[in-house]
Amino acid sequence: MTARERIAGNVAGYVDDRTGAAGWMKKNLTKVFPDHWSFLLGEICLYSFIILLASGTFLTFWFDPSQREVIYDGGYEPLSGLKMSAAYASTLDLSFEVRGGLLMRQIHHWAALIFMVGIVVHLLRVYFTGAFRKPREFNWIIGVGLLTLGIVEGFLGYSLPDDLLSGTGIRIAEAIIQALPVVGSYLAYFAFGGAFPGEAFIPRIYTVHVLLLPGIFLALITVHLMLVWYQKHTQFPGPGRTEKNVVGYPLMPIYMAKAGGFFFIVFGVTAFLGAVASINPIWLYGPYTPGQISAGSQPDWYMGWLDGLVRMSPPLETHAFGYTISWNILIPGLILPGIMFTLLALYPFIESWATGDKREHHLLDRPRNAPNRTALGAMALTFTMVSLLNGGNDIIATTFDLTINQMMWFSRIGVLVLPPIAFVITKRLCLSLQRADRDLVLHGRETGRLVRLPHGEFIEVHEPISAEKAWTLTSHEQLAPLELPEFDAAGVKRPQALKNKLRNRISRATAVAVPKATESERKELEGHH
Amino acid sequence: MSNEIELIKDPGLPEHQHRRADLDEKYAIRAERQVAILFGLSALGTLLTIYSYIWIDTDSFIFIPIMGEVNSHQLFLGLGMAMALFCIGAGAIHWAKTLMPDNEVIAERHEFRSSDDERAEFVKTVKAGAGAAGLGRRPLIKRSLGLALGLSGLTPLLLLRDLGPLPKDELTKTSWKAGTRLVTDPGDRPIKASDLEVGAVAQTLPELAEGGHRALSDIAKDAVLLIRLRPEDFNLDDERLSWTHEGIIAFSKICSHMGCAVALYEQQTKHLLCPCHQSTFDVTRAAKVIFGPAARPLPQLAITVDSEGYLIAQAPFNEPVGPSFWERSS
Repeated sequence: MTARERIAGNVAGYVDDRTGAAGWMKKNLTKVFPDHWSFLLGEICLYSFIILLASGTFLTFWFDPSQREVIYDGGYEPLSGLKMSAAYASTLDLSFEVRGGLLMRQIHHWAALIFMVGIVVHLLRVYFTGAFRKPREFNWIIGVGLLTLGIVEGFLGYSLPDDLLSGTGIRIAEAIIQALPVVGSYLAYFAFGGAFPGEAFIPRIYTVHVLLLPGIFLALITVHLMLVWYQKHTQFPGPGRTEKNVVGYPLMPIYMAKAGGFFFIVFGVTAFLGAVASINPIWLYGPYTPGQISAGSQPDWYMGWLDGLVRMSPPLETHAFGYTISWNILIPGLILPGIMFTLLALYPFIESWATGDKREHHLLDRPRNAPNRTALGAMALTFTMVSLLNGGNDIIATTFDLTINQMMWFSRIGVLVLPPIAFVITKRLCLSLQRADRDLVLHGRETGRLVRLPHGEFIEVHEPISAEKAWTLTSHEQLAPLELPEFDAAGVKRPQALKNKLRNRISRATAVAVPKATESERKELEGHH
Repeated sequence: MSNEIELIKDPGLPEHQHRRADLDEKYAIRAERQVAILFGLSALGTLLTIYSYIWIDTDSFIFIPIMGEVNSHQLFLGLGMAMALFCIGAGAIHWAKTLMPDNEVIAERHEFRSSDDERAEFVKTVKAGAGAAGLGRRPLIKRSLGLALGLSGLTPLLLLRDLGPLPKDELTKTSWKAGTRLVTDPGDRPIKASDLEVGAVAQTLPELAEGGHRALSDIAKDAVLLIRLRPEDFNLDDERLSWTHEGIIAFSKICSHMGCAVALYEQQTKHLLCPCHQSTFDVTRAAKVIFGPAARPLPQLAITVDSEGYLIAQAPFNEPVGPSFWERSS
């Protein structure tokens, strides 16, 4: 036994004497993780969260979350002598007087953007591959919660410096609160400690941004990861992979080295962006004052689609009995996003209700093999993209020489018309891809080699695909549609007739598929040749 | 021959492919060196960071193509950090991919559902526990506990009450009164009609009383935009026309949609545009909304001149300024 092995043995023994963890550790250190590039997306979120905690802590050492008025006398000449809040002044100091301060600010902001991109793309991966299905519905809901909180956390974060751009964002948030029926003006006065902007808001959102929400994040992320650990990761279909196993690499050492290394890669890329790509240069915007604004005011991208919805809203307001309801704010700012996030959170339950599938799933779907789900996702994505596009309508209009009116009308019509079109096209595409898979399995791969037969006919030589590939393309199951009874034995409508009819219809739409290739068909074709 | 459809079979996990480093020690040594070089580069990155922090002047700039003039202190500090971190990651992953065993392992997965017996036991335990507590048999306890818990939830809400004062009628009022002079912002100089040429725009605020203080929350309601047109450009009813002075018209600068400053004036079309959500207001028609999500025109401030010829408000705003709220009556 070498000295090193002896030390390792002693450490393991020391830990086990005090926790009895040897069995658990042995099992979990060799835990198997399936490998796929798309499984790194969630890791990116986790790592950028850690980067956010570290860089954010650094920023708090200098940032002064106060709206107390000060006269700036720091190093940035153009703003010298101007009245501003201590929050803005200390952000300037962080950027110009603290060595590495600007770098950390930029790393923090870039990490936040990567965090949000990571969450959204991770969500899309989970959605389109059906990874949210039983038993992972809870983790899906936690994920939707993290996305929602991430949007709020990001908004609060970039609001802290109290510059002209972010102050305008807070003003809009105040208008949304104020628009709530009955309680709006009260809630706005409570939130801001009086009239907007007051001196209470930034200290308050600071506490929420650095303490309350990160705490909730930490708790939710922990549960999210524990569930992934306990339920074991899903895997893509392939040779040797079944619902009953996990094929991959053991945690120690491969996965530890890869995942640990990937953390440093994410951190390195974020640091690189922070070094070379300027972001949120608040000194160019000036301090916030409610009477001023700069053209091209834009929120960060994850707020952009909400802003786009608000921008495209028709000018609807109800005045009745001496009261006002601002539909032009409530619908795009609260009601629509509320409905969207609720549907998103409930989607796993909606799908299993519609398909009647209550079984566990650990093998992922290829998106083409779930055309309805994929098409619904494309529809939601199109809706959000049109909204996001409209959130930058002024920038797009000036860049591409359009009028703002053209952009707005494109979005107003597009947001209603394009999503259904996206649904139809995506569903068609999925079915075509299924057909292509079927052809590939039955007829093999096109080699591009043309051969002239003795009697003059030209044919392209097809090469059979490997057994592994053929299995990957055909291992999915194709469920028959539900046939829930609408009438009882006596021919009388059952009480749930309407519900069953609806479920049958959805299920029929879901079950539309190109029949997958079978061995029998292959053999039959071979017989013909 | 049966007529049953035969499905394509799972060929099982493909055979493990050995890497070059597994078969030939020469390649393994090469991979080891590559990993070491990456870790070495990381160390160099940290040295660069230290050097930049201490020896590069914070005020020095360097020209980089595409990026332009960049602060070299911050640039090299960041590049050093990026290199240090990235190379650790790249080294670790290269190590895992070339030298660590890459045999795929199969682990069994078990259904989460417990056995029927266990589930029955569980239900029995819960029932027994609940029965022992007697909640079902003692409704008085259940109801009074519900009351107590429900009410205790009110305390945190109650304690939040002092977050802010009640709005009262503050949202409907501004600092403008009959006779208040309009002064420039910034500068606080009173304005004469002759100071504004046709086509000019000025940002104004109500004049402060001697020793008065102007908070941001005042500006958030009081900001007013003055625009001078030719009097014949107006398309106003008699009352609104009487609120203008020699072609000068005054509007609240706070958008009636969500409170942004309506700061973009297009001289040729005589439109005011809010940069936040692109609500567009026609100045010639008392800031009527001609496009965008705003539902109401910008409130117009009636102006005239005082005996010294300075512009003053004829009266306070006749409606609340800024975004809508529940208690707003029109």
